[in-house]
Amino acid sequence: MTTLAEAPPKSTLSPSASNGDTQLLEVSMGPQHPSTHGVFRMDVSLDGETVVKLKPIFGYLHRNHEKIAENETYLGSMPYTDRLDYFCSITNNWAYALSVETLAGIVVPERAEYLRVITAELTRLQNHTCLAGFLMQDMGASGTPLMYAFREREKILDLFESLTGARMMCNYMRFGGCRVDLPAGWLEQAKTVVAAFPKFLDEFEALLNGNEILMARTQGVGVLSKELAINAGVTGPMLRASGVNYDLRKVDKYGIYDRFQFRIPLGDHGDVYDRYMIRVLEMRESVKILEQAMRDLPEGLIQDPKTKVRNFKPKPGEAYGRIESPKGELGFYLVSDGTPRPYRFRVRPPSLINLTILEDMCLGRNVADVVIILGSVDIVMGEVDR
Amino acid sequence: MLGVGILKGLTETARNFVGSYFRKDRLTTIQFPEERAPRIEASRNFPFLVYDGPDAMAGLRCVSCFICEKECPPKCIIIDKSTDKKPDATGKLQFYPAEFKIDVSVCMSCQICVEVCPFDAIKMDTDFELSTQNRFDDLLWPKLRLAKSNEYYHEIHPTEAAAVDADLAAARAKAAPKPAAPVAPVAAAAAPEKGTTA
Repeated sequence: MTTLAEAPPKSTLSPSASNGDTQLLEVSMGPQHPSTHGVFRMDVSLDGETVVKLKPIFGYLHRNHEKIAENETYLGSMPYTDRLDYFCSITNNWAYALSVETLAGIVVPERAEYLRVITAELTRLQNHTCLAGFLMQDMGASGTPLMYAFREREKILDLFESLTGARMMCNYMRFGGCRVDLPAGWLEQAKTVVAAFPKFLDEFEALLNGNEILMARTQGVGVLSKELAINAGVTGPMLRASGVNYDLRKVDKYGIYDRFQFRIPLGDHGDVYDRYMIRVLEMRESVKILEQAMRDLPEGLIQDPKTKVRNFKPKPGEAYGRIESPKGELGFYLVSDGTPRPYRFRVRPPSLINLTILEDMCLGRNVADVVIILGSVDIVMGEVDR
Repeated sequence: MLGVGILKGLTETARNFVGSYFRKDRLTTIQFPEERAPRIEASRNFPFLVYDGPDAMAGLRCVSCFICEKECPPKCIIIDKSTDKKPDATGKLQFYPAEFKIDVSVCMSCQICVEVCPFDAIKMDTDFELSTQNRFDDLLWPKLRLAKSNEYYHEIHPTEAAAVDADLAAARAKAAPKPAAPVAPVAAAAAPEKGTTA
């Protein structure tokens, strides 16, 4: 029997009590650490240089998106979805538009579906190039790969600006279609950009793929097993790098993705190198989809003319719309009570759910590895915290 | 073999460096204040109010119907409706905004005000050099600062402005053939207000 006043056992006071030559050191990485991709904080317990515990702490960028959306009209939430994952505003728009269309039973015209695929795949291209660039930056290749990635992204952002009016906050999709039609000459410009893209990828891969430093730093690092990835609900390139064949473009065939010939690249090991390679291979597949979509683009309406802009009131009910965003499964769950504002608005952010297994990937690795493992998860804090 | 990757990488870098002297597409940087990127027509930044005719305050197309104020997602538009009616640029008696303010520190440039405006009175500007030293007065723009002429609109968005002008002219032509009953067009113009100001 113990008395109340008894001191706690020594071992919990200091881990060094056990063997005398190690002591855990708790380091707070972030929220302003340059490698945490935004205001993300990790409480890392270190045994020497080895991570023995990692506690992710987020919420520094929380801005109440879901609650704001419940006080906003359905259309009024559309520009807010741009700010979720600010790299891929168009796929965010699409996921939200898809769930509202499911809720209200709106049919999207053919041309609008093609425009959605074209813009979404361009978004995927620029997101994946940036991810690869940032990953190299995290590894210490400061500048060159990131600048090459940004040079290509710039061309795609110029396309977005001439189509939607904004480079990042596109606000392009509308319920039942898209906001504006292609301006004159846009398609030719886009075809040039897409045709030049494989050349850039060749250059990028020549620069990086066989690089010994890259392979030494990434192969076998941050291994995520198939079972854990499935159990944790990980989606997107992270899941496919672990060898699970799951891509919503093939599973759900939302929009018109069943019309395109493309393949899903899969990884073998689930390490950081596989996650990098999956993104590079996915870009090549996206280029294929883009070529087919731009070749087949039909004429016609870009928005269902019966959809109301103001006083849009879907009938009571609930709907979940999900798409394969560049980061994973992005879903919007909406409950309507027949008023112009949603009763419940919920986002399923891929970044947040992919982040939950961060500790499992980092245990036993060095701090330097934590940085690149986090980089390979591909998070955007705007989406994690909402 | 150790070192091959580094050599390959450096070759790529060198190709880009040397190539930037000869090939335009490898040299992507623009020396901003001296040279500028070509203006993109669809680009948008903050809203402005369009006026017709020479006098900015008399020619505003806005009839203060409050639709944009209500639909604005971050609620950055503040309108005071006039109590009297004044003739607009076409000579028709209309309400006008006694005050129309936009808080540009809140505005998120989403263009929803432009989409919902039934009078084509509010449009998106492309001016981006807006830094200021006074964070209160200089960021809450009154209608005097927001008003820009239709010619300016034509200058920044030529295609869109031409389409808008054609639409307005068509609407006026439709209203014009009935000058015998001047009550009808006024009632038609007032109709969208009734539904929304309730």
